[in-house]
Amino acid sequence: MNLLIGTIQLSIKSLWLHPLRSLLTVLGIFIGVASVIWLLAISKGIGDEAVRQVESLGADTIMIRTVKPPSEKMSSTGLTPYGLMRDEFDMLVATVPTIKSALPIREMRRQFQFKDRKLDGRLVGCTPEYAEVTHLELAAGHFITDTENSALDTHCVLAAKVAEKLFPYEDPLGQRIYLPENKNYYLVVGVLKPKGSSAAIGGSMAAQDFSYDVYIPIKTLQNRIGDTVMSIRPASREGEVIELNQITLRVFDVANVKQTAELVKAALKSHDRMEDIAVVVPLELLEQVRTTQWMFWIFTVMIASISLLVGGIGIMNIMLATVTERTREIGIRRALGAKRFHIITQFLAETSVLSLAGGITGILFGLLCGPTVNLARYIANTFWTEQMSELPQVVQTLQPSIVPESIVGAFAVSIIVGLIFGIYPAIRAAKMSPIEALRHE
Amino acid sequence: MLDIKQDARNFACRVVDLKKEYVLKSETVRALRGVSFDVPEGDYVAIMGPSGSGKSTLLNMLGCLDQPTSGSLWLGGDDVATMNDNQLATIRSQRIGFVFQSYNLIQQLTVVENIQVPLFYQGRSLTREQNKRTYELAKMVGLGERLDHRPTQLSGGQQQRVAIARSLVNNPYFILADEPTGNLDSRTSEEILQLFERLNVEGKTIILVTHEDEVSKRAKRVVRLKDGRLQWDKTNTQEVRDAAAQYAIDNMPVEA
Repeated sequence: MNLLIGTIQLSIKSLWLHPLRSLLTVLGIFIGVASVIWLLAISKGIGDEAVRQVESLGADTIMIRTVKPPSEKMSSTGLTPYGLMRDEFDMLVATVPTIKSALPIREMRRQFQFKDRKLDGRLVGCTPEYAEVTHLELAAGHFITDTENSALDTHCVLAAKVAEKLFPYEDPLGQRIYLPENKNYYLVVGVLKPKGSSAAIGGSMAAQDFSYDVYIPIKTLQNRIGDTVMSIRPASREGEVIELNQITLRVFDVANVKQTAELVKAALKSHDRMEDIAVVVPLELLEQVRTTQWMFWIFTVMIASISLLVGGIGIMNIMLATVTERTREIGIRRALGAKRFHIITQFLAETSVLSLAGGITGILFGLLCGPTVNLARYIANTFWTEQMSELPQVVQTLQPSIVPESIVGAFAVSIIVGLIFGIYPAIRAAKMSPIEALRHE
Repeated sequence: MLDIKQDARNFACRVVDLKKEYVLKSETVRALRGVSFDVPEGDYVAIMGPSGSGKSTLLNMLGCLDQPTSGSLWLGGDDVATMNDNQLATIRSQRIGFVFQSYNLIQQLTVVENIQVPLFYQGRSLTREQNKRTYELAKMVGLGERLDHRPTQLSGGQQQRVAIARSLVNNPYFILADEPTGNLDSRTSEEILQLFERLNVEGKTIILVTHEDEVSKRAKRVVRLKDGRLQWDKTNTQEVRDAAAQYAIDNMPVEA
């Protein structure tokens, strides 16, 4: 015990003889350990967010989405109807036995107005199940009901941002919002809580944002607005004829998701020619995300291992230099009764102190990952607001999540690196003949 | 053989027909060709000899830093010649006190810590007695005020005093001093030699390797090597020793 404490004290004293050199050596391990923790935390953060987004689509769902077909498939004159049809919705519901519930959705870009306040957003025609399937939570009022749907009521439910922007002072419930493009009024019956975005589906690369949605009964939409949507902009007239934008199917059992998806694809074979639909299976998406996450992890671990290796080589390099430089000291110690074992222990203690110091400080800095990222983002948001808003959403919302195993692992690896890269210089020191070592200048 | 072993107990060390050969490429160098002499307890021996005489080789053998090719070296009841590296290290830490020409203190340690190094390698925790002894030794060599100094803060003479204190800390069978005054001016050399004499009077056995006649004359006995063999082994009379001491004092440069 005395020997151990003495050896450690001695190694600290010896390292203190060259503070800058020791500090730089420690830095190598510090960077290695900190980068392991940081990289893993950030990749975990990104991965978790991706998984969360996909999971919010629901693992037991299948989505069939209308996609705008390539322009050569469209007739050059007039408006070609494309996409999912209400008949197909009925057909799927009637013929696929594993479907628990089916949800038709029609969406379009619209302008909403209340008094003089205007807002561009997404008008969504849907059925009551929509709230459950997309995990919408109500802040006030109620969601679209079946009665409202069949009665073709001009009622609407506002997403959080819409309510906030159109009704900064008033209580939105009971008010009417105006759709100037259709000259319709809708009575607000519900307001939603804010909701995170879901994974991108069906061709659009951006994650689905639910913040600027206004929900109305799908039958009302069909009745009042219809399938043909003309958007008239200065110098251009664009139009589309679509019956449904999306059908979300829920399956009784998650195990049946893939089979059902195959069945649905077969049933909608006629769309192959037009290439105007896409079938999205969140479960498959989830598996893809997980695979990507794994690859990312392996990649991260490789980079981190390389930096730890470099740190280890730094330690070895310094220790070899130190051993040569202290040959005489080794000779003195041997002459005064040190065994080979004592010399090995002494140099191993020095490398261990170096790598442990690097490991511990690296872990402490690693733990600061979350606050540091938030601080950096805050600063960036304050000074480069515009540039930041153009960055991908992942960067803007990233929350690093520290992987506990990475701390334990990094710590263990730093010790192992110290021992492995310290053992060779230590053995070299111990192997020296005391006579030769004493003669060394 | 048994007799030697029994007898060895009364000697600091006994050298019996010690031979050492080095193989350099195809050539064999016979550094020691059979050397025998005894060092009784309380003796003060100077080992002399020109370079190439085997003086350094004998020093390494006596210091248990190297093993002889044949022959015996008795330290107490043990023949060191048959020991392995680890056993030799133990012997060095327990029975030998080294004093080197270039002091050989450890730079990162203080005076006190330097003195305690041989005890550290004995592996046990320091007893209160050992601690007390360290301070007494430091005081005895005149460094009681500088216990926390580092070697770089000390003069050559002071460093050599620390080295002497270190050589005494483990109560060795003998002090093995290799040209202890080689790096010192004559005044400081004289102080060190007087310190050795004092230690010898107090009963310490000293083996001193030197090439200076003035230094060897201060010892009780001179062993001279030549070509790996013992050339002669003679005792210095008290007159010779006193005369050498007087000569050293008379010829000391006047303090500026």
